[in-house]
This record gives sequence, structure tokens and C-alpha cells, in this order.
Amino acid sequence: MSDAVLAWRHYRLERRMFWRNPTAAFFSFVLPLIFLVLFGSISDDAQLRIIVPGIAGLSIMATTFNALAMQMTFLRDAGVLKRMHGTPLPGRSYLAGVLGSAATNAGVQIVIVVLAGRFAFGLGWPQDWLTLAIFTLLGVSCFAALGVALSYVIPNFEAAPAYTNIIFLPVIFISGVFYDAEKVPTFLHDIANALPLVHVINGLQAALVNGKPLSDLLSDLGVLLLWTAAGVWAAVRGFRWDGRGG
Amino acid sequence: MPSGAPAILVRDLRKRYGDHDAVCGLDFEVAVGEVFGLLGPNGAGKTTTVEILEGYRSRDEGIVSVLGMDPGERPRALRERVGIVLQSCGIYRHVKVREAVAYWAGLYPNPRAVDEVIDIVGLGEKRDALARTLSGGQARRLDLALALVGDPELIFLDEPTTGFDPAARRAAWATVRRLQELGKTVLLTTHYLDEAQALCDRVAIVKDGRMLAEGPPATLGAAASRSRISWTDEDGATQEREVEDPTALLHQLTSGALARGATLRDLTVSRPSLEDVYLELTEDAADDVASTMEATP
Repeated sequence: MSDAVLAWRHYRLERRMFWRNPTAAFFSFVLPLIFLVLFGSISDDAQLRIIVPGIAGLSIMATTFNALAMQMTFLRDAGVLKRMHGTPLPGRSYLAGVLGSAATNAGVQIVIVVLAGRFAFGLGWPQDWLTLAIFTLLGVSCFAALGVALSYVIPNFEAAPAYTNIIFLPVIFISGVFYDAEKVPTFLHDIANALPLVHVINGLQAALVNGKPLSDLLSDLGVLLLWTAAGVWAAVRGFRWDGRGG
Repeated sequence: MPSGAPAILVRDLRKRYGDHDAVCGLDFEVAVGEVFGLLGPNGAGKTTTVEILEGYRSRDEGIVSVLGMDPGERPRALRERVGIVLQSCGIYRHVKVREAVAYWAGLYPNPRAVDEVIDIVGLGEKRDALARTLSGGQARRLDLALALVGDPELIFLDEPTTGFDPAARRAAWATVRRLQELGKTVLLTTHYLDEAQALCDRVAIVKDGRMLAEGPPATLGAAASRSRISWTDEDGATQEREVEDPTALLHQLTSGALARGATLRDLTVSRPSLEDVYLELTEDAADDVASTMEATP
């Protein structure tokens, strides 16, 4: 059985498990919708042009970074990783299935945000589909790898929400999810610029509202590629099937 | 694999955690088709040893060969031929029993029929139940099903019946005997003596990472070589003597009783059981526990 077939089978198992836990599925899709409705109802057009891409970026981070940090910690704590480690399933097929499932959730969210932008907020269809695809894919890869890497630092599942939110909440606030990132104080702005979310949102903003060409987004692409490389390196190097290490 | 080569070979195995020696120089072999038991108190190094053989942990020193391969390198060919029941490990909470077994079957090159395996472990009626709704014993049977569905030649069972009720234990024993009939090699760890006695062709008694005794359960008893003679005397008190050779004492007792016209009620001569050998060999551990308990106010 090839690694790709095994990865595909694992992806299908992950999807089935996701839908069989309706509360988790419901919240992960409804949360960004609630944000959209809340902010959409209190914002004018200019603000919407910032908030809609911002929430698209938030959705990508929540469905990959947060979800995987929690899920991998849970699977490790529950001993599922250990059990999988004893089967012939190659680690890369397993990870591909898990990451693919998170990427699917992120993709569905982007579709929801795009549809809401078009039909609820009058933003029209995205300006540039290619840019949208590139930044979605890169954002997903980057945050998925970083989420898996973060799970290695989290000591146990009870601590997972704290570890995840202490990163997620400040990052979404300084990265301009809810307002223009240029308006935050300079030192916070500098921190945000060193982190990946701002650059995902810049790309999504270009794709969804202002139509900025890809050639103007090279520095955003560069920062994201660096973070993705670092994340993948940490996710692969740090792998452990239990809390204690071998 | 050439015939006659052992399924498992362990030579001078050593493993340290910090400054604690978990395994210090274990040697043993398990023949193909044999059911071999590692028996010992908690913390004896059983699980560390098994996890090294399963490829979960690295070893510090020694030679280890499992089906002719080095588990430390985790070759996929080895993982395809080995089934593992870990001491405790979880599963996706929302997976159904049949779904899980079918998924696992797909990981192996020559799996067994999914429904047959579910029936073997006795989960036929729980086929469509979600894993999170299974009782402890049922979850353990699912563990066994997942270990067996790849049709492995060698099966590791780490404390397979801990927490089982008596009926579930008997059922699990029957499954292990069935594996033995199929010619599978089984390495199990247990701290239940009756389990080792009932299932194992050979057992090794391990304590503090060292081997204290090894052999078939029956001969381990004989090795202690002493016989125990017990009877109830005329005053109703139970008398017990341990002797190297029971012949003389028996003669003395029976002729004395005949001369007095008395009966020796409940007269028995017994060989030490595996339990006696085990308790004798692991005595220090029991002493430690006793002294700790005395020290506690």
C-alpha cells in the first residue's frame, strides 16, 4: 500500500471523526460567522474591507494552528499517537491525513467568508483568485506546521487551551483582524510584522478587496515562507509519541 | 526466517533513565510459537523491556533481535508482522468498533477478515458502538482486535487482563490459547501468577531490571525443590513443615499416628506453586513495602 493511499485513508477517517463530533464541527464553522455578523452589523464599508479579510485570516489560524495544537496534544495524551506508532502506518501518511483535514476546514471557512463578503456585505467577488489560493494555502501550511510544533511544548491536554490562547488572542489583536493593523502602536506593529498572521491577512486583503498585484506582496510571501520552513522543521524534528520522550 | 531461529533474542539488554537503571543486563529468548511471560512486580522493568522490543524506546546497551530485525531501527517490515497491545492507550472517541478494525486492517499487507476478528475478541454485539461508549473490558478487547487484525506472527501483550472481571479474564485467556494453537508467538507481561501459570510455556521472573528465574511454570516450582507437608493435629491446629525430602517425615507422621490410633486429618503434600517461587524470589520487594507501611504513622 503506497504512502499516498494510506494518507488518503487516514484523511477520510479524520473527516469522519470531525463530523461525528457535531459540537466541535458546529463551533469551528459558526464562530467566524458570528464574528462576521457582529462586526458586519456595526461596521461601515471601509471597516468591512478590513474586517472581512481579517476574519478570513483568523479562520485560517483557528482551524489549523489552534485546532492542531489541541488535537495533537489530545491524541498524544490519550495514547492514540503511541498506538499509531506501533502500526506500519508511516508517520508522514498519518500527518498528511491530519493536516489535510485541518486544511479542509480552513478551505471551507474561506468559502464561507467569500460568500458572506459577496452576498451579505456587498464586497463583490474576490479581486484575484490566484492570490487568494496562494495565501490560503501558504497560511494553512504555515499555521498547521506551527500548531503541530506547539503541541510538543504543551505538557498535557488540560493546559492546551491556555497555551493556545495565550498566543492566538494577542496575535489576532495586534495583527489587525478587527481594525487596520497600521493603527496599533509602533512596537506592537513591529512584533506583529515579525509574525505570520499579518502577512496572511495582507495577502487575503489584496485578493478579496483591494486587488493589489502579487508582485507587491513579495515581502509577505517571504516572511510566510520562512515561518512555514521553521514550522515544518520543528514539527518534524520534535515529533514524540508520548509526554516523556524515548 | 530460518527455522530454529528464535522469534525474540535479547542479550545483555540495558536501559537507564537518568540515574535509575530500569533494565540491567537481561538475557532471554522466545522460540517461534511459544507463549512467553515476563512476570514481576510493578517497576521491575517489564514494560521498558517490552517497549524496547516493540520499537518505542531505544536501548543503551545489548543486542535485541525481533523476527530477525532490530526493532530500534523500526523497520516497516517488522511493524507489519507484529501486533501490539499496550498497557494503556486510547483511540479516537468517535470511531465505531467495526470502523476502527477495518481501518487498522487496511494498514497491513495481509489482514484477517474484519468481522472474524471482531467475533474472536467477543465484540460482535458492539460492532456499531462508538469507542467512547465501550466499558473498560470492552475497550481492552478492541485493543486486542486492533493488534490481531494484521494477522501478526508475534503479539506483544502488556498486562492484557489488568482490570478485567473474572469472566473477561477467562475469555482473554481463551483468545491467547487460540493464538497459540494458530502457531503465533506471544510475549506477555503480567503480575498475575495464575495468568502466567495458565498461559505461558515459559516465564521469566524479573525484578529491578534483572532476571531472577526462568523456565516452564511447572519446573520453576520444582526448582525450589522443597515440599510442604500439612495436616490438622488432634487439637484442631494446622501444622505445616517444609522439607527437602518428604519421605522420612511422612513415614514418621503416619507411623506415629497409627501407633496412637489417631488420624492425620487434611494431610497433604504439595510442591511449591509458581506463586510461592515468585513470592520467595521477590521477597525483598515485599519487605520494602512492609517497612514503608510500618514507617507510615
